Amino acid sequence: MRRIISVLLENEAGALSRVAGLFSARGYNIESLTVAPTDDASLSRMTIVTRGTDNVIEQITKQLNKLVDVVKLIDLTEGQHIERELMLVKVVASGGEQREEVKRLVDIFRGRIIDVTDSTYTLEMTGNGDKVDAFLQSLAQVEVIEVVRSGVSGIGRGKRALSV
Amino acid sequence: MQLTGADIVIRCLQDEGIDFIFGYPGGAALHIYDALYKQDTVKHILVRHEQGATHAADGYARATGKPGVVLVTSGPGVTNTVTGIATAYMDSIPMVVLTAQVPSHLIGDDAFQEVDTVGITRPCVKHNFLVSDVTKLAETMKKAFYIASSGRPGPVVVDIPKDITAQVAEYHYPELVDMRSYQPRTRGHTRQISRGLDLLLNSKRPIIYTGGGVILGNAEAPLRKLVDMLKYPCTSTLMGLGAIPASNPNFLGMLGMHGTYESNMAMHDCDVMFAVGARFDDRVTGELSRFAPDARIIQIDIDPSSIGKNVSVEVPIVGDCDMVLSQMLEQLQGRINEIDRSAVDQWWKQVNSWKSIDSLAYKTNDDSIVPQLVVERILEITKGEAYVTSDVGQHQMWAAQYYTFEKPRRWINSGGLGTMGFGLPAALGVQLAFPEETVICITGDASIQMCIQELSTCLQYGLPVKIINLNNQYMGMVRQWQEFFYDRRYSHSYMDALPDFVKLTESYGHVGMRVDKPKDLNKTLEDAFALKDRLVFVDVITDPTVNVYPMISAGKGHHEMELAPGQEEVQERELA
Repeated sequence: MRRIISVLLENEAGALSRVAGLFSARGYNIESLTVAPTDDASLSRMTIVTRGTDNVIEQITKQLNKLVDVVKLIDLTEGQHIERELMLVKVVASGGEQREEVKRLVDIFRGRIIDVTDSTYTLEMTGNGDKVDAFLQSLAQVEVIEVVRSGVSGIGRGKRALSV
Repeated sequence: MQLTGADIVIRCLQDEGIDFIFGYPGGAALHIYDALYKQDTVKHILVRHEQGATHAADGYARATGKPGVVLVTSGPGVTNTVTGIATAYMDSIPMVVLTAQVPSHLIGDDAFQEVDTVGITRPCVKHNFLVSDVTKLAETMKKAFYIASSGRPGPVVVDIPKDITAQVAEYHYPELVDMRSYQPRTRGHTRQISRGLDLLLNSKRPIIYTGGGVILGNAEAPLRKLVDMLKYPCTSTLMGLGAIPASNPNFLGMLGMHGTYESNMAMHDCDVMFAVGARFDDRVTGELSRFAPDARIIQIDIDPSSIGKNVSVEVPIVGDCDMVLSQMLEQLQGRINEIDRSAVDQWWKQVNSWKSIDSLAYKTNDDSIVPQLVVERILEITKGEAYVTSDVGQHQMWAAQYYTFEKPRRWINSGGLGTMGFGLPAALGVQLAFPEETVICITGDASIQMCIQELSTCLQYGLPVKIINLNNQYMGMVRQWQEFFYDRRYSHSYMDALPDFVKLTESYGHVGMRVDKPKDLNKTLEDAFALKDRLVFVDVITDPTVNVYPMISAGKGHHEMELAPGQEEVQERELA
């Protein structure tokens, strides 16, 4: 089952490699992993998307908690939550009709065109994983030059929060 | 007070109350070695190989309960410690390994004797640090000792670049550290403890299964009290031997692959299993799908990730074994009458019938020495009071089976990682900690050669370790598996060119003895142990065909133990 685990960890050199090393050493799966400092510069927040049986997920959270650099974590998928992923796509867009079609698709998905040349568009799309996937599929008739995905970030709904 | 980084390192060790460090100098560590030279409170033990330093510190830690400390130089100094660090990690031994690093400005340049120490050791340490600021050095040292010794203990590496050891800072050693990200829980949850007791007291076929956590957590006192009150059958893992005295009438001996028949059968048939500081290792459980089919399990462990990892647990109790067992005893006082004594008596009858098979019985002969007999003779001569270290293989199992331990911290071996070469350096560390005690290294002809150079260290510091080499000219356990599972194709398990161990020992400045006749065994061992002040290496030539029994083969359950040849008849007769 797909799970999203949010982790607050000390913003120390090597903290990321401890988490990455744990997943590879114990054979856990990582679908995506994002990390950046928070409003408190001493803390980083990491969002890990993983898959596994309930037992595996329990071990993953326990093993993560055991890392000395990990301050706190929650499994976002245990409650109501919001997830977002940012994708940048560079596509070939030359000729009026093609440019129009790409523009229409971007509008339908509520994305944005953030860079324009005479032969390319660079598109920005934000949404949950499904939406981002669907947008990519809708570009099937368009020549895609490059795709960059940020990986999933997540946050609990309502008052549910991960903070120290 | 302003001190150099090197002096700060040594002052921290003094303030931490460290008496011995085990190490080997080299370029990047020279400032620290210079600081060491200028004082005499911290005694440095110069080993002959950095692996030996880690095992010696590990042996010291296992015997005393205090963290072992290692000091090595960068590069190969570090890589040589990795086996020892991993050994300590697998058995949760508190250890602080100080590694020198090339100067900060050279890190990442492939400098001479540079390795990524933090990267290489990361998967086998509890935590590690790279010190990048001399003003943080003392605090980092304090954290290292705190992390290594608290919670589930383990090795911590502190990597210190050479330039940091030359820089100067104000020295202050913090008395306490508070880390928001590391707060090990020690007290057990009261409700969980009473739920555990509900299960335990209502059991008709209980078993208490204890492990290394009891030793690490110094929990033998409440455990012994609990066992004496409950009067339930008890078994222990390899790592837990000595927590419950072997002579305790409730104790069934070790369990697992080479455990006793009664222990494994009782584990298989129990209705309630109480696991204390034991982690359901594969050498203990056998095939998981056949493991204790009726058992409802209560487990105490300080590490939540050890609970429910291999086996699902009905009542998990996270906490320090000593604390949780003491809490449990308080609740038990008024509830002891809840036990269904007649059911438990019935269970004991069953357990005793398994016991009557005597699964550790073995045959002797007049021509060759059988290894089990050697361990039993050592037990008699030392009255069971020695510290015993071992290497890994058949001799390790025989030592565990036949040297019956009455006290914790007396049995010192590499259980988790199974590191050959551990025994001699570990014995060295134990002997330093307890100069007046008898320290024995029970080893084999293959294992002893993996760290034999430490004989030299033993001479330098006058350590009268007694080495008993069960010499069967094979890697015995490998040979045994090849006999059983590879149709006797003894691929590379025979040592074709063994040294003359007696001469080798003598050339290192010690006493060497050899015995190959059963009739001479007692006398030789007595002579060896009579030389109180000398290291004696006794090369015991043993029968190479002897195998370790009883045994649970791969894929089998606890109830499918193989007994020694000839014992099946006893089994049929006794259980008829």
